[in-house]
Amino acid sequence: MRAYLPAYELKTPRDLNDALDMLAREPGVWRPFAGGTDLMVLFEAGKLAHQKFINIWNLPELRGSETTAAHVTLGALTTYTDVQAHDVLQSEFPLLCHAASETGGLAIQNRGTLGGNIANASPAADSPPAFLVYDAELELVSQSGARWLSYQDFHTGYKQMLMRPDELLRAIRLPRAMKGWRQYYRKVGTRRAQAISKVCFAGAANVEQGQVREIRLALGSVAPTVVRCLKTEEFLKGRQLDDATISAARAELMKEIAPIDDIRSTANYRLRVAANVLEEFLSQLRNGDDHSA
Amino acid sequence: MPERVKTVEVRCTVNGEERTLHAYPMARLLDVLREELRLTGTKEGCGEGECGACSVLVDGALVNSCLVPVLQVEGATIKTIEGVANAEQLHAVQEAFISCGGAQCGICTPGMVLAAVNLLERVPEPDAAAIRNGLAGNLCRCTGYMKIFEAVVRACQTNGEQA
Amino acid sequence: MTDSLVGRPVPRKEGRRKVTGQSRYIDDMSFPEMLYGVTVRSPAPRGRIKHIAFTDDTIPWDEFTIVTAKDVPGANYVALILNDQPYLADEFVNHMEEAVVLLAHADKHLVEKARRSVVIEIEPLPAVFSLDDSVNRKEIIWGEDNVFKSFHVEKGNVDEVWAKADSIVEGEYRTGAQEQLYIENNGVIAVANMDEGVTVWGSMQCPYYVHKALLKLFNLPDDKVRVIQMETGGGFGGKEEYPSMIAGHAALLAWKAGKPVKIIYDRAEDMAATTKRHPSWTKHRTAVTRDGKLLGMEIDFVVDGGAYATLSAVVLSRGTIHAAGPYNCPNVRIKSRAVATNAPPHGAFRGFGAPQSIFALERHLNKVARAVGLTPEEFRRRNFIHEGDRTATGQVIREKVELDKLLDRAFELTDYHAKLERFAAENAASQKKKGIGFATFMHGAGFTGSGEKFLESVVGLEATAEGRVRVLAASTEIGQGTNTIFSQIAAEALGIDYELVEVSQPDTANVPNSGPTVASRTCMIVGKLVESAALGLKQTLLGRGLLAEKYSTEDFKRACAHYIEEHGALKTFSQYKAPPGIEWDDEKYQGDAYGAFAWAVYVAEVTFDPVTYETRVDDFVAVQEVGRVIHPVLAAGQIEGGVAQGIGYALYEQVVWQDGRMINNQMTNYIMPTAADIPPIRVFFEEQPYLYGPAGAKGIGELPMDGPAPAILNAIENAIGLSINHIPLLPESMLEEMEAAHA
Repeated sequence: MRAYLPAYELKTPRDLNDALDMLAREPGVWRPFAGGTDLMVLFEAGKLAHQKFINIWNLPELRGSETTAAHVTLGALTTYTDVQAHDVLQSEFPLLCHAASETGGLAIQNRGTLGGNIANASPAADSPPAFLVYDAELELVSQSGARWLSYQDFHTGYKQMLMRPDELLRAIRLPRAMKGWRQYYRKVGTRRAQAISKVCFAGAANVEQGQVREIRLALGSVAPTVVRCLKTEEFLKGRQLDDATISAARAELMKEIAPIDDIRSTANYRLRVAANVLEEFLSQLRNGDDHSA
Repeated sequence: MPERVKTVEVRCTVNGEERTLHAYPMARLLDVLREELRLTGTKEGCGEGECGACSVLVDGALVNSCLVPVLQVEGATIKTIEGVANAEQLHAVQEAFISCGGAQCGICTPGMVLAAVNLLERVPEPDAAAIRNGLAGNLCRCTGYMKIFEAVVRACQTNGEQA
Repeated sequence: MTDSLVGRPVPRKEGRRKVTGQSRYIDDMSFPEMLYGVTVRSPAPRGRIKHIAFTDDTIPWDEFTIVTAKDVPGANYVALILNDQPYLADEFVNHMEEAVVLLAHADKHLVEKARRSVVIEIEPLPAVFSLDDSVNRKEIIWGEDNVFKSFHVEKGNVDEVWAKADSIVEGEYRTGAQEQLYIENNGVIAVANMDEGVTVWGSMQCPYYVHKALLKLFNLPDDKVRVIQMETGGGFGGKEEYPSMIAGHAALLAWKAGKPVKIIYDRAEDMAATTKRHPSWTKHRTAVTRDGKLLGMEIDFVVDGGAYATLSAVVLSRGTIHAAGPYNCPNVRIKSRAVATNAPPHGAFRGFGAPQSIFALERHLNKVARAVGLTPEEFRRRNFIHEGDRTATGQVIREKVELDKLLDRAFELTDYHAKLERFAAENAASQKKKGIGFATFMHGAGFTGSGEKFLESVVGLEATAEGRVRVLAASTEIGQGTNTIFSQIAAEALGIDYELVEVSQPDTANVPNSGPTVASRTCMIVGKLVESAALGLKQTLLGRGLLAEKYSTEDFKRACAHYIEEHGALKTFSQYKAPPGIEWDDEKYQGDAYGAFAWAVYVAEVTFDPVTYETRVDDFVAVQEVGRVIHPVLAAGQIEGGVAQGIGYALYEQVVWQDGRMINNQMTNYIMPTAADIPPIRVFFEEQPYLYGPAGAKGIGELPMDGPAPAILNAIENAIGLSINHIPLLPESMLEEMEAAHA
């Protein structure tokens, strides 16, 4: 282990209020620590620069889920295992369930949380493309109250997000508005399990008689943040799904994203595969294949 | 001397015994088990939650103990490889690992056995895909996994016969 | 007498300890007053050490034990073959991660912080990072020509064949580095002082290699150095030579500190600083007749040895000898070189040079077959080696070799011909493409050439008055089953219960030198010594009239008790003697390279996904002839594990280099296959008992590493018609290949 362990502080607050109090009293001094599946990796590699953390893992206020006619609201500490066991998510939000089942292995799924995944802000995270497709909203809480904002606006750049140092991510809300949408998820990782994404794609579309009514496309690992491909969506809206459209959509997507080379893959590979995966999704839409995630 | 934070006391149950641990709050559960409790059956392979050699069960859930700060197991019930056999009586999974050749060098074995035990608790009769997925977070460099899959299947059979 | 123990899947000797977590690996041990040691390594690939600074005022440097090259009591080199690698760089560094300074302290967190606060300033010198640059002498970084070792094998007269050939086929093939990735990292504990000498406990394959190296490092007599192997969490060659380095480091710190010192690498350090498989290229030029008979083969084989010679000469040797494969070719010329680059030394890894040259050959022969209009199968059938034929080194094959039969069986088990047809028919209309391919190969067991003669390995057997028998050998259990098969062999030879035999912990103070645990020699060579020693012990009891020709385990116990009462200790030893008729010429590289070969046919079935450029192996069949199988479960486990490593070698495992340093040195970024990635691996044995192996056994451990990569790339060629000649073949490079093909 490469970190100097004695320098790291981790404190368990009494409750959510206590946690928010700590955050408010010394803004920027304390940072939340959830399931640890990302932070501990940095810590052990000697790359965790921040040294004071609040242990939020045991806060019941950040757990559990609530389902209403309009929404499913998930506590920020919902684990990937929780996601896969959730009936409504399984039937209406398969992209998220699929992402959860492909995140790490079981031991990671037992500790990794949706909130942690969002706040860690990795562009290679598996769930965020699903959140983008589902128009998720985030609830941020602090001593000065709670606010909701759209997940799509949340990440502003590499590891940058619209969260103040005194705020905690409390919940993620998914509108139950996917009825009739065809959904598709594909993670292209370095191997079948326990892998980091090289390209991660989530898509959903409303197609009538071969024509695209609505479509949402999101990609991970191709930009500094997980991205919604709005230009490609705009291009596809209203079009008939034929070979020409699909081919043009590929070209649109390849113009819209600008992936990079890194230790796990190449820009060229990511670009091609993103286009191929889009094509696969669109072809399935056209052919009416029943491939929902 | 570089600055040091205070150590903490953490109470939990390990292999059925109530224990009070003393450690820095961010100390890895892995190290506390191995060094303070001398439960050295839990192994470190990668230190980044990738290999599963440090797998233990916390409140019945499989976790990588290298990724769990000890502060987070306050009040938890932990099972390590040392707590899998019942005195002299090996668990069916352990028996099957011996007879099927599921253990070679043995370094991944404690974590693999715990993953298999946990799998059978969740899914008593896993199919081939469930076995592969259930063990995919535990890397083995010796066996190519075949003998481990066989061991899980055999353990199910033994469980079935005993039931 | 018991039923035959050989061939029976008896329980693994240390199985119970392993499944209950009771086995003691090095990191599970601790000593009073023990310090933790760390290694400060070179931040530059090549240069002169200008200055070493101990920064960070908060660190109490006066509490640390600090060792540099100046502190070495004996010779500052790791004794191996050429002795060119220092324990600690003194004036110059020759690769990133080369050890320069050692630190020890009782606080393991503080010592790690201190490690990161030592700044080594290097005045850079030009470095060489690729095999091609080394061969082209872009810079001379080792000796006069960057060449550690070269070999030249000649059979017949290759120069005369080119004019006669109906076809001449050329090809170039490359293989990458591969990390052994044993799940237990390297680690040792050392106690060292003037009075007691040096004692090291550690994770290792070869206690006597470490012993030899420490003698030189400390300039001590034999009996003042003691090396003890702890339970070892995998080796695969990665713990053949490297433990001599880390053991020396811990011992140097312990010597200076006067306290025990433990060094355990973390994964990042183990991957970046320790050995890997040699990268290679092979160039083939092959002459064939119109009817598909091999006329001549000219092979140029080069491996990248890294910065120091270490074991490269012997890796090169094995790769060279296997380069022409199990084929009968009258004229062969193999020229080979191991060259230097400024990377950490490449070292032993299962297969030891053979997977590299066999990959090249088995890809190349598909190309040759195509050139003469034959199927890969038919071309090989026309050229297989048989009993009485000569290999490239002129070795006459004296055993029955039936590669045709192995091929028949492998094809039957995989439904090869039907699948060839079906895939050809279905691929056109299918998005995903399926393919099937195979490789045929051999692997020599034991040290190459006169190696076993020089080793003069010894095994002892000791019986107690209770009739318990202990095998005394330095051969280590590293997961492959040494303890179990030695016990089986001894019990079988003695006609007693398996439970009565145990294998002593390898400890140089207590066991004779049975040689290193490498080269698929443990079963065939050392196992044979176990058998001979056991027969010797039995003979001793028979000769004294303490046993009758027929006896029970109880009779045996009584006989041991009697003997010990009358004569004292009951011990026998057996020393290696070459089987009759084995001749090897080291000068000409001609003769009997190995006592015996294992023979194999591996078949891979793959699916290629054009959306992601990923290839998945769907099914894998491994058929081999390895002599008598001592333990069917362990033997199959060896093959399955080797095939899984071979699949990794072919499709997943890529070392990413930057200035001679591995930069993806994490399990997250160096991708080995998981349980979800490995296909069903189906293993089948043909058994032709080998006269000079224990109960007829040959070697097995390395064989399965040789076949998977070429079989898989041959299957990919079958699936998509693209001939790709390098590994690892990750999806990214698959895409590049496809773009190049369509350009």
